[in-house]
Parts: sequence; C-alpha cells; structure tokens
Amino acid sequence: MSEPVIHTDKLTKRFGDFIAVDALSLTISGGEIFGFLGANGAGKTTAIRMLTGLLAPTSGKATVAGFDLYTGAEGVKRNIGYMSQRFSLYDDLTVRENIRFFAGIYGLTNQAIKEKSRQLLDSLKLVAVADTRLASLPLGWKQKLAFSVAILHEPKIVFLDEPTGGVDPVTRRRFWDMIYEASERGLTIFVTTHYMDEAEYCDSLCIMVDGKVAALDRPDAMKRHFGVESMNEVFIQLARPNQTE
Amino acid sequence: MHSFRGFLLKEFYHIFRDRRTVAILFGMPLIQLLLFGFAIRNEIQEVNLGIYDQSHDAVTREIIDKLASSGYFVMTQELHSIAEIEHAFAEGSIAEAIVFGPGFAARMLREGRVTVQVVTDGSNPNVSKIITGYTASVLQDYRNTALRTAEVGVEAVPLMMFNPELKSVYLFVPGLMALILMLVSALMTSISITREKESGTMEVLLVSSLRPVEIIIGKVVPYFLLSFVNVVTVVALASFVFGVPCRGSVLLLMLESLLFIVTALSLGIFISTITSSQQVAMMISLAGLLLPTILLSGFIFPVASMPLPLRIISNLIPAKWYLIIVRGIMLKGTSFGYIWKETLVLAVMATVLMAASIKKFKTRLQ
Amino acid sequence: MKDAVLIASVGKRFGAVQALQEVNLSVGEGELFGFIGADGAGKTTLFRILVTLLLPDEGRAEVLGLDVVRSYRDIRKRIGYMPGKFSLYPDLSVEENLRFFASVFGTTVEKNYELIRDIYSQLEPFKTRRAGKLSGGMKQKLALSCALVHRPEVLFLDEPTTGVDAVSRKEFWQMLGRLREQGMTILVSTPYMDEAVLCDRIAFMQEGRMLALDTPTGITTLFRKPLFAIRARETWRLLCVLRVSPHAASVYAFGIALHYTDNRPSIRADELLAALQADGFTDVSVSVIQPGIEDTFIALMEEKQGAADE
Repeated sequence: MSEPVIHTDKLTKRFGDFIAVDALSLTISGGEIFGFLGANGAGKTTAIRMLTGLLAPTSGKATVAGFDLYTGAEGVKRNIGYMSQRFSLYDDLTVRENIRFFAGIYGLTNQAIKEKSRQLLDSLKLVAVADTRLASLPLGWKQKLAFSVAILHEPKIVFLDEPTGGVDPVTRRRFWDMIYEASERGLTIFVTTHYMDEAEYCDSLCIMVDGKVAALDRPDAMKRHFGVESMNEVFIQLARPNQTE
Repeated sequence: MHSFRGFLLKEFYHIFRDRRTVAILFGMPLIQLLLFGFAIRNEIQEVNLGIYDQSHDAVTREIIDKLASSGYFVMTQELHSIAEIEHAFAEGSIAEAIVFGPGFAARMLREGRVTVQVVTDGSNPNVSKIITGYTASVLQDYRNTALRTAEVGVEAVPLMMFNPELKSVYLFVPGLMALILMLVSALMTSISITREKESGTMEVLLVSSLRPVEIIIGKVVPYFLLSFVNVVTVVALASFVFGVPCRGSVLLLMLESLLFIVTALSLGIFISTITSSQQVAMMISLAGLLLPTILLSGFIFPVASMPLPLRIISNLIPAKWYLIIVRGIMLKGTSFGYIWKETLVLAVMATVLMAASIKKFKTRLQ
Repeated sequence: MKDAVLIASVGKRFGAVQALQEVNLSVGEGELFGFIGADGAGKTTLFRILVTLLLPDEGRAEVLGLDVVRSYRDIRKRIGYMPGKFSLYPDLSVEENLRFFASVFGTTVEKNYELIRDIYSQLEPFKTRRAGKLSGGMKQKLALSCALVHRPEVLFLDEPTTGVDAVSRKEFWQMLGRLREQGMTILVSTPYMDEAVLCDRIAFMQEGRMLALDTPTGITTLFRKPLFAIRARETWRLLCVLRVSPHAASVYAFGIALHYTDNRPSIRADELLAALQADGFTDVSVSVIQPGIEDTFIALMEEKQGAADE
C-alpha cells in the first residue's frame, strides 16, 4: 500500500450542541475505493464537506492529499475532485462547453483544454454529440461525463456523493466500471451509496451511525465479524440499536 | 367548518414560527413609518446662508434679520465679492447666497421696487427650488408688512390647505399604508402559496377533499386579518406620534383599506397561480408590485408631473386609487360622495383579479 | 376480484419528452402493487395521473371505478397520497401535522386512530418535535400516518423509501404488509429492486413504458437463459476477462459475485470453471443460480435496447 491519501484523527464537527461528526478517524490509501455508508443524517455529508475543505472542522486533525485541512485548504481543493448526486453539470450547455468550462475553472491552459476535450470526447465516445446540449442526453452519458469532468484536473482523490441514486441497474453498473478503471489507474475513490450491493465493491468501508464510526473494515472482514452473508445485514445490525432513539 | 379552522390554525403557526415573517409583518410597518416620519423629510432646515451686502442700510439689515429669524436659515458668513460667493459654493460652506446691490434702501424709496439676487447651488435642483421658495416667501412677507404703502397690485397669498406646514409625514403616511399593505398582502400570500408548491404539500392539499376556493380562502384570511392590524397600527402611530389627523370618517377609512387589502391579496394569489417557486413570486411581487407602488402611485412623485404614457400606466396601479382615497379621507376629511369613483375602480380591480385567480388556480398540477 | 385501479392505454407527453406510453394494467382490491423503475421511468407521472393531479393525453384511467378526469373530486375524497419527498410542514410539530391533515379531510385523529396506531405510536414520544427536525425514517412514518389519517380506500405511495436508510426501509415495508392485511389497496413505486419481492405484483417501468407485469416470482420466469454466479478474489480482473470473452452474453456485478450468461445454450458450470482456471484464476467458483428480479429487469432492458438498436 502506498502513502495514505486521506488521514484523519478524531475529526469532529459541531453545530451548536449538535455533534454532526464525532471523532472520525480514517486512513485511506492511494488507489483505494473507500465506501462511506450511513443513513441520511448520519453525518456523511458533513464529513465530506470537511474533507473537501468546504467546512472547517471543530476539532481533530486531518490531511487530504498531503495537505493539512486547516492550513492547506487551497492545496486540498487543487488535489480533489467532487461529483454530487445531481452531477453538477450545466444542462443548457453543450458537452464541449461543459468540458471547456470545468477545465477552465481548474486553471488549465487553452492548449491543454483543447487537448483534454479531444481526449475526453474520444474516450467517452461522445464526439458525435459534442455540440448537443446536455439536457437531451441519456442519464448514463451525463453521469459518465460528470465523472470525467470531476477528474479532469487529475486529482489524487475524487469524492462521489451518492453518484448512483435513482439510476437504473444497468447504468449503475456501467458507472461502477468507470470507478474500477479509475481506481486501477491509481485514483483514490471516496464514495457514498445507499445500495448495499455497491458496498461490496469497495476495498474498505466505513459505516456511520449518528455521527460516529460504527464499523470500519474491509467488507469481507466486516461480514465475518458480524457473522452474516451480506452487507445489508451488517448495516441493519449496526443501525438497529439506535432505531428507538 | 372543521377543515377551515384547521387550515387557519396551520397558517398562523407558519406565520408566527418564522421570525422573518413576523419581522416583516410587524417590524416593517413600524420601521418604515419611523423612517419616513423622522428621517426622510422634504422640508429643509438650517440652510447655510451667505450674505453679500453692498449697502449695509436699515432695509437690508431688516431683511437679513427676518431671514435669520425665519428658522430656515443660518447666517454663516459675510461675503465681500462675487468671487467669494463662487468660492463659498465650491467648498460647500453655503447653500444659498443673497446679494444686495449698493444703495439698496435709497433705491427702494426712489424707484418703489428693487431686486435682490438669490444665488443657489443648481447641482441639487430640488433643494435649490425649495430654499429659493423659502427666501421668496420671507421677502414677500417683508414687502407686505414694511411696504403697506406700496402700489396697488394683484398679489398671490398662498395658503396650503390641509397641510399648512407642508409636513412631509402627511404625504408619506397614506403612501406607506399602500406600500405596507401591498407588501404584506400580495408579497406574503404569493410567497406562502408558492412555498407549498415547492415543498410538495400543495400536491397533498389538492389531492384532498378541499376545494381550490377553500385552499385560497384558508391561505388568505390570516393575511387579511394581519394586514388590517397593520392599517390600524399605522393610522394610530401616525396620529399619536406624528400628529397626522384623520379628518374624515375613520370607519370609511377602514372599509376602504379592507377593499385595498382584498385587491392586494387577489394580486398575491394571482402571482402565485402563474409561478411555482418562491423566488420568482418574490421577484414578481417586488419588481411588479412594490416598485410601481412606490414610483407610479403618486406616493413620492406626483402623477400629474409624469409623462403621458406613465400617467396612463399609473391608472393600473391599485395603490394610486387607494392613495387618492386615503389622502382624501385623512387629510381633507372627504366623505364617500367624493371618492366613490376611486372606490369603484378598486372594487372592479379586486373582483376581476379574484375571479381570475380562482379560475387560474388549478385543480391539477398542469 | 374487483379492480381498484384500471389503466388503459395511458400516455402522457411533456413537450418533446414522452413521459408515458401505452401503459395498461389493473390493480385488484386489497392488492399491494409495486412500480419498479429508475428516475425518469414515468412512475411519478403515472401516480399523478391516478391521483387526479395530471390529465392523461391518451387513454383513460379509473380509480375505485371512477374516471380520473371526470370524477376527480370523488376520487380525491377516497384516496391517500404520499408524494415523492414526504410533503410535510417542517415548521409544524409531528402532532400538528397529523391534526392538520386530518382536519383537511374533515375528520379527527381520534376517529381513525385505530388505523394508524401501529405506525404513529412509534412517533408519539416525539409528537411535539418539529417535522423538519425528524430523521428521514421518522419523516417517512409521519408522512404515511398523514396519508392514512382519513382512512382512504386506496393508498398511493410515490417512492416512499428513497433516501431512507436500510433499516427504516425494512420497517416501512413491514407496515405496508400489515396495512394490506387489513384489506387496503396499496400502489407503491420504488427504484429499489430488492423491495419488489415484497409486493403481490409488480410492473417494471423504463422510459415511460411498461417492460413487464407479473408476480415477483412470475416475472423472473421471463429470464430464460441459464444464469451463473461467478466469484473470484480479483473481481475486477474477472469482469474484464469475461467481458472480452466471445461467448459472454452478459456480465454484471452483483455484490461480491458476477452474474453471467453465456451465448452457448448448453454450457455447464464446470466447463466455465475450467476455462477460467485456464485463464489463471485460482480461487474461482462458478454456480448456477435462480435469476432474481434485478437480473430480470436488466435482461428486459437489454432486450428492449437491443430491439431499439436494430
């Protein structure tokens, strides 16, 4: 295993007297697919916002892509990619315009943008629709494009926040193919999902319950530990005690 | 009846649990009234005045004393040349200069008439006009008292009826009432209805045994009541704090205000039927209702001095008619006989808008 | 069995988008019926037509024997509807929300408490809490209580489990099961394939069309090829190798296993295993499995896309 790409030590975020993330300690190595699971409101989004430098932690330590979260937020932002559930592309721009725009905000030169656009259109097989507005493209294509755009500036790590929510089963799996490919090339993937079968595809998993880490391990080790067959059962066992509040 | 009570209760929960709504509903009328009443005035006091008196005789001294004691002016400097006047204006130390020519008193006795030069700063025309007016009225006054022996002639003796002291708060109170009612009734209802569209609760309400009319009335009644509370507050404050009288019938004023509230509410509902997001509703209400209410109703700029196209458009602004009515009742003590036409216009507007919104308020999503 | 819902050749278009096309089905009284499909499959549009919020462009639909266009007012009194994002008032408390929705239908919580007791009792400890501060699972239970409080004859639940954690999803389906036992007709839509088995019958939806309609077990008989589950430690390499194999008909990841169909009709598991071992996979296992609902959905999607491509 290579150098850790993300390392956190008791990372905590409070909002008033509400502890959204309570002492999160993680180590994620380069090229790993890291699954981040939990119910809505378990603190996933808050944790991602801290790790992407959007939200200042209340306490704890963390380095992302080698930069300290408190002092190197700019460095963090340069070395991460982010894709949210709604893809955050512009529906009223064409494929090419979207690529050009996002390449531009990552500070690529005009020459590099042209080069990148050509490469990307080729590799995604989107040359024929390069000048079509995004709104009229199928969901699966948009998803691919959004992922490619999120890693256009060759970040060390990419955060995917529920990238497959509400997506049909075939498109969902094609998307995971892209994740695998990127991870093979050495990109670290930090992904959240509600689909338990997708949890099985990850190299390691963290399950959050009420802001705390309830389990952190490889999927097979986790299943062995709880003596169950599937991640779904692990998840239900972990969340059960807290159900009654 | 049971459904309706439940609906009202829920609306009041919404209103009183949102601090911003409460602030707009109750804080805004208060703050606006105080702002317009105390801070934003048309009257100008303590105009810095420079005097270039080339004759220094009894008459000029008397005029200067009169100016000084009028309360409008403060003598700041004695000037000695035309160049000094220019300099004083340039550095902004005076707002008006008065020039008396040499041998002023003697000339007046000899020729019976004499001129005083009044110099003001034209870069602010409104202020210039007002202070020139003050000066003229002081000079006029002097002429009337000192030169009773003067030649016979036609002379205008102005009397500002209904607002003899030209207090701007008299002018603003009716306008403020229109503005506040527009804001509370139209803006707040349109936002509150579109909020339900955004959150999806409107879907649930539509798919219930409630009729659209019941939904509309349920949404509107709370704002109707609160708007009325606002009218009473503004009138009471205006009367107790600023001494604005209500010379006509208070009952008539209240009834007319209720009519205007209904018009504004219908506008609010109408806006919410053509939009589905709170933001758009707010934009339309602010740009489409509040701005015209402020600019075109005669609240600040007199309708009579607008170019013809704007004068025609101003007829479509409900606030214009309401303003005429309120000024009539409060300041002139007008009875219904003189404002029935304006009332009729408002009533027609309210009916048409209400009918249009009930018709447009869809029983379905599309 | 009487039909609670009847849909005949229903079509709906929004501008250039054909949201629904030629949908035909009927739901019997007391049935728990599921619409399975991804976002944009047309589930919400269909639900909105049935709850009388949208007019169909083509075809007709009936709920409780009443036409959704003409008799919408009568239908609205007799159905319960829970739209996509749990439409509650976040600034009202749990109890106030429930009372409000009861009053909208001219009834009271007390009159129908029996029906919602099972669900609402879990919320009662928090009844003074604002709905906006509830967790996803609790919001979902409250929304269900609100949709039930006037004792509807048919219940329409549009994606009630989206964005809710696995535990709450499970509990929610248990509640639906108990409601069905009491004789209520329930139509529910979901993007989760694993929830389909809990329905009496299901319809697969994809791009505005119905791909299939049957019982959860019946629908899997539409999957006609033998299906293999293949496991190896190097899942990703296995996937790549199988993808390029000239014999592979379909390869999809399902958790830790790959689901594989071969285009040779009589291929056996041991033959596949031998071939993979020859490719250097040491800890590989191959077994024949029964196709699940998701396998069937994928197969039907591919079939339709294949037909469209030709």
